[in-house]
Amino acid sequence: MADFFFNTTLGTILLIIGQIFLVVIPLLLALAFLMYADRKIWASVQLRRGPNVVGIYGLLQSFADFAKYIVKEVVVPAGADRSVFFMAPMVTLVMALVAWAVIPFNDGWVLSNINVAILYVFAISSLEVYGVIMGGWASNSKYPFLGSLRSAAQMISYEVSIGLIIIGVVISSGSLNFGDIVRSQSGDLGLLNWYWLPHFPMLILFFISALAETNRPPFDLPEAESELVAGYQVEYSSTPFLLFMIGELVAVVLMCALISLMFFGGWLSPIPGLPDGIFWMVAKIGLVFFFFSLVKAITPRYRYDQLMRLGWKVFLPFSLFWVVFVAFAAKFDWFWGIYARWTVGG
Amino acid sequence: MSVFAFYLFAISVITGGLFTVISRNPVHSVLWLILAFLSAAGLFVMLNAEFVAMLLIIVYVGAVAVLFLFVVMMLDVDFAELKAEMARYMPLALLIGLIILMQFVMAFGAWDANVAAETLRTQVVTDEVQNTAALGMILYDQYFLLFQLSGLILLVAMIGAIVLTLRHRVDVKRQNVVSQMMRDPKLAMKLNDVKPGQGL
Repeated sequence: MADFFFNTTLGTILLIIGQIFLVVIPLLLALAFLMYADRKIWASVQLRRGPNVVGIYGLLQSFADFAKYIVKEVVVPAGADRSVFFMAPMVTLVMALVAWAVIPFNDGWVLSNINVAILYVFAISSLEVYGVIMGGWASNSKYPFLGSLRSAAQMISYEVSIGLIIIGVVISSGSLNFGDIVRSQSGDLGLLNWYWLPHFPMLILFFISALAETNRPPFDLPEAESELVAGYQVEYSSTPFLLFMIGELVAVVLMCALISLMFFGGWLSPIPGLPDGIFWMVAKIGLVFFFFSLVKAITPRYRYDQLMRLGWKVFLPFSLFWVVFVAFAAKFDWFWGIYARWTVGG
Repeated sequence: MSVFAFYLFAISVITGGLFTVISRNPVHSVLWLILAFLSAAGLFVMLNAEFVAMLLIIVYVGAVAVLFLFVVMMLDVDFAELKAEMARYMPLALLIGLIILMQFVMAFGAWDANVAAETLRTQVVTDEVQNTAALGMILYDQYFLLFQLSGLILLVAMIGAIVLTLRHRVDVKRQNVVSQMMRDPKLAMKLNDVKPGQGL
């Protein structure tokens, strides 16, 4: 049996497909409850009850929404480019899901252990913009088009600073592989060994950039209801809209996973002595997601020119300076060598 | 397995390139071009050049093609008319294409590669050194000055683009960011102290 799976072509393909399902199905199930948690947190901040009708405490709300979306009628605008119109939500969802191929959940628990994992995630997240542009253009309507242009410009702008922040972490760990990045954060001091401490300013910058990159509030300008109706999704209904929504949320959870891998030590235990494991990774993703939804509830929306100014004139110079600083600190062993924790090469 | 993957990527590169040229809709052309880029990245991965593959996706698909798409979507050009005009130049284009094809055939036909070069090409990087590290060594150690020079050229191009597009118009109302940020919140809004559980 093992021989079949590891030594024949068909067996290997079946094995990979099985592993993909092992990642994707728990992810999508968790997503249903994360969506519920998001709405509950938002509601509690605003002194509302939030979803509380379907299931105990409204726990099954996301499944009810799911059923509602898929039984609705698919409406396609008359002037729409049909093929691109339906491809756009699929691109959004697929790009959000394939990035999980390189995310390790525990030491060695990763679908594809490639050397350039962090670059791969960066490349895939730069492709997510295509779902937005294609959706806005193919709708053949003014509001979606304007919304998609805004959204695309925003995503591209913040990608630049995200890339530079990633470079800082990569310099510190000396590897582009997530496993090596996490392993380089291990040490005797538990959570004080993680990169959030030496890279603290970048943690905040990355968090804000991630909000902008995934079009979350306070940077949800593409969906600014008061000005743009609903951005690039205006003409979408039913399942295509659902795909957009799931894709966006998967991208948000991916950003949470990135933050916990790069700054919070992934599966490493925060207290020395406790065992490392997947539960730490899940707990960290959940914690970062909590902050994502908290920010959604407590901040007012940015103006578009403020958003662009923040991205290009504040974040970009600061992260660029930080890359230079980390490079010097790692090379000359400043601050007791906390910036240079190379596990490989060096 | 890898042969299958190679043919998959190779066929989709060629299909993407073909439809980039023959698509009637310019936006579709750009989307096909993106498919070609992505498949080319797949071919790079198969050659063990994963760093170059990721760079191809980040730079060409993530940035350059987005720019193409923006320009093509915003331009109101009747491409069918343009294409009809292009038919006039068809004979000349065919002639040039034929000449280039002949040159390629002659060049590659006479190319007598060294036997050792073949193995070097298939095994670009040794197993001990990672591809990214190897590229870094070459760029920042061996060809340091050339790398700096290319950066300088890009900088000059960037400054040139900014100078060409920078215009100081006097009749435009400008925002003063500092004065916006220095506004006194006490004068601009009223704060209410909300008791938990009660609301306003």
